[in-house]
Amino acid sequence: MLTKLLSGDTPRSGLLTLLLLIVLISLAFAPFLFPGTKSLETAARICIFIVLVASYDLLLGYSGIVSFAHTMFFGIGAYGTALALSTTGPSYWSLIWGTATGAVVAAVFALAIGLFSLRVKAIFFAMVTLAVASAFAVLVSQMSWLTGGEDGLNYRIPRELTPAFKLVDEKILGVRINGKLLAYYLVFFASAALFLLMLRIVNSPFGRTLKAVRDNAFRAEAIGYRVVWYRTTATVLSAIMAALAGSLLAVWLRYTGPATTLSMEIMIDILLMVVIGGMGTLYGAVLGATLFILAQTYLQNLMGVAAEVTSAVPVVSTLVAPERWLLWLGVLFILSVYFFPSGIVGRLRAGRA
Amino acid sequence: MSDTAIKPRMEKVPFKEQFFQKLPVLLVPLLALAGLVAIGNPASWLTLTVAGLAMGMMIFIMASGLTVVFGLMDVINFGHGAFVAVGAFVGFTVLAWLAGWTASPSVMLNLGAVLVAILAAMLVTGLLGYAFERVIVMPVYGQHLKQILVTMGGLIVAQQMIYVVWGPDELHLSRPEAFQGSIVFGEAAIEKYRLVAVGIGLALFLAMGHILKNTKVGLLVRAGVENGEMVESLGYRIRRLFLIVFMTGSALAGFGGVMWGLYQETITAHMGSEIMVLVFIVVIIGGLGSVEGCFIGAMLVGLLANYTAFLAPKVALISTIALMVVILMWRPQGLYPVVKAK
Repeated sequence: MLTKLLSGDTPRSGLLTLLLLIVLISLAFAPFLFPGTKSLETAARICIFIVLVASYDLLLGYSGIVSFAHTMFFGIGAYGTALALSTTGPSYWSLIWGTATGAVVAAVFALAIGLFSLRVKAIFFAMVTLAVASAFAVLVSQMSWLTGGEDGLNYRIPRELTPAFKLVDEKILGVRINGKLLAYYLVFFASAALFLLMLRIVNSPFGRTLKAVRDNAFRAEAIGYRVVWYRTTATVLSAIMAALAGSLLAVWLRYTGPATTLSMEIMIDILLMVVIGGMGTLYGAVLGATLFILAQTYLQNLMGVAAEVTSAVPVVSTLVAPERWLLWLGVLFILSVYFFPSGIVGRLRAGRA
Repeated sequence: MSDTAIKPRMEKVPFKEQFFQKLPVLLVPLLALAGLVAIGNPASWLTLTVAGLAMGMMIFIMASGLTVVFGLMDVINFGHGAFVAVGAFVGFTVLAWLAGWTASPSVMLNLGAVLVAILAAMLVTGLLGYAFERVIVMPVYGQHLKQILVTMGGLIVAQQMIYVVWGPDELHLSRPEAFQGSIVFGEAAIEKYRLVAVGIGLALFLAMGHILKNTKVGLLVRAGVENGEMVESLGYRIRRLFLIVFMTGSALAGFGGVMWGLYQETITAHMGSEIMVLVFIVVIIGGLGSVEGCFIGAMLVGLLANYTAFLAPKVALISTIALMVVILMWRPQGLYPVVKAK
């Protein structure tokens, strides 16, 4: 039953299983285990980014395609939901059609870009997506009549998902059961479902073919698989998943703006998460996203302490200042591409063998 | 030695084919003409055209290194933008030291200050390119996926290092006296600096053409682009050649960074990644690996960006993407596809 749920792709390492279980249990009971607004925000962010990073891994790890337009699809999903909610009011219906529209638009964009540039070379696709994504980000911030420009959109979501809605009057285990909690569980279960769906996709015959195309496109073509078709389909699927993750973010934050969805920083974050967690395995996305966001939220405080301790030493203190944490991640990123390209998950699995 | 020694047979390309190959050259004047029709007013057209050419020249300076590096070694450097930013910061620092020179009304002193700044920037970015090639690019030759990831990582680290060295704020610096203001030409006002940029860019393009066509290094580079293995088997160390080209490309990026910084008069640590978008578009339009294509692509992008910024500011960035799409529909490998003999 469990194996079936995981589509036969078990973690295959004791330590990895343990880590994944810790992540799963912590996220599932986050509101009770770690009370407080900040930790709930962090938990929801982790859920959403697990989906986003896993969908990126579908491209990078499973298909060997580097795309820099993933935040564009993420943003399309978020803006789809946000626009639907802000124009047609906070109903479930507008939530659904906004999400669906976002996913469809993302799919069409991905199809167009894929058909257009995947024929040539992986490197070509990377450059084209970089150009298109940055143009899209500029376009969104300029069309302020529609998207609110740099300020983004604030909107209301269905009342049952807001803190004002009380499900039960008493506190359970010291936690107020309100709409915010419902929204968290909406995010959690939707993310879990999407993750399992992606696990299903990569372990299907289609997923196997993708890996074949990644490892040797020429041979795959010779056997009779249409490489362009497989690559484009992978792009479209990953775009849809990213758009759905964007919709979740839009519902959770009740705000959508360029900085939270479209910026290049987020694209780089996703890239780091995938590589550090482990390319070519969706469990890597779970660990990568969790570690990265925890580090982003809590490690910076630690670096602040380190900067204060070393404040007497001129160069070191600027190097460990909390704003410079991306520097260290960049170094870690380069090192991990060289020395363990299969990331944390690959390391753990290799350690078992 | 007999008279019957086999002579190499030079194949004559038929005129029609030659014409078709050179067709992209016509695109620049065609676009300029279309701009004249669309804008209507010759004076503003002239201003915009010079601005567009200046912008194109600066993009060309930055993009040329990238495209040759790709052509020669099949390496695309996503961290190229870092060299642009570092070059600009080094250049600005030097210009700030030489404030006495830049503020004086003497043209020679002004030029000297800019020249020193450019040389310093090129030196620093060239050395940085050496480090980048040795540490970051060398271990991942031939692996595109890793190359993209690793050079992206290099970009992140380099940008963060700029923050560490120069602080988080953007730098402002006004141009030297001699380059400020504009020349009035009939009704059209043309900024002096833009003319200087056009001149420098054109000189660089001609110099590059000369080096590639008439020197031994250039010959080796061209041969390496076409068939690296053959060059190697003839006894040339292509890795060292590549290192030289990589360093030159990085130095040119730094050069372009100083030029661009003086053009904008404001520089930030992430300016590199912003310009990289334009640089990539130019390199794709021109055909990966082709210097002429890169030059034409840069002119097209520069002109189009300025025309559309005047006619319809909202679509300025989209227009360059649209240009890329149109060109790729016409020639899927770019204007001048680089044919690899393999």
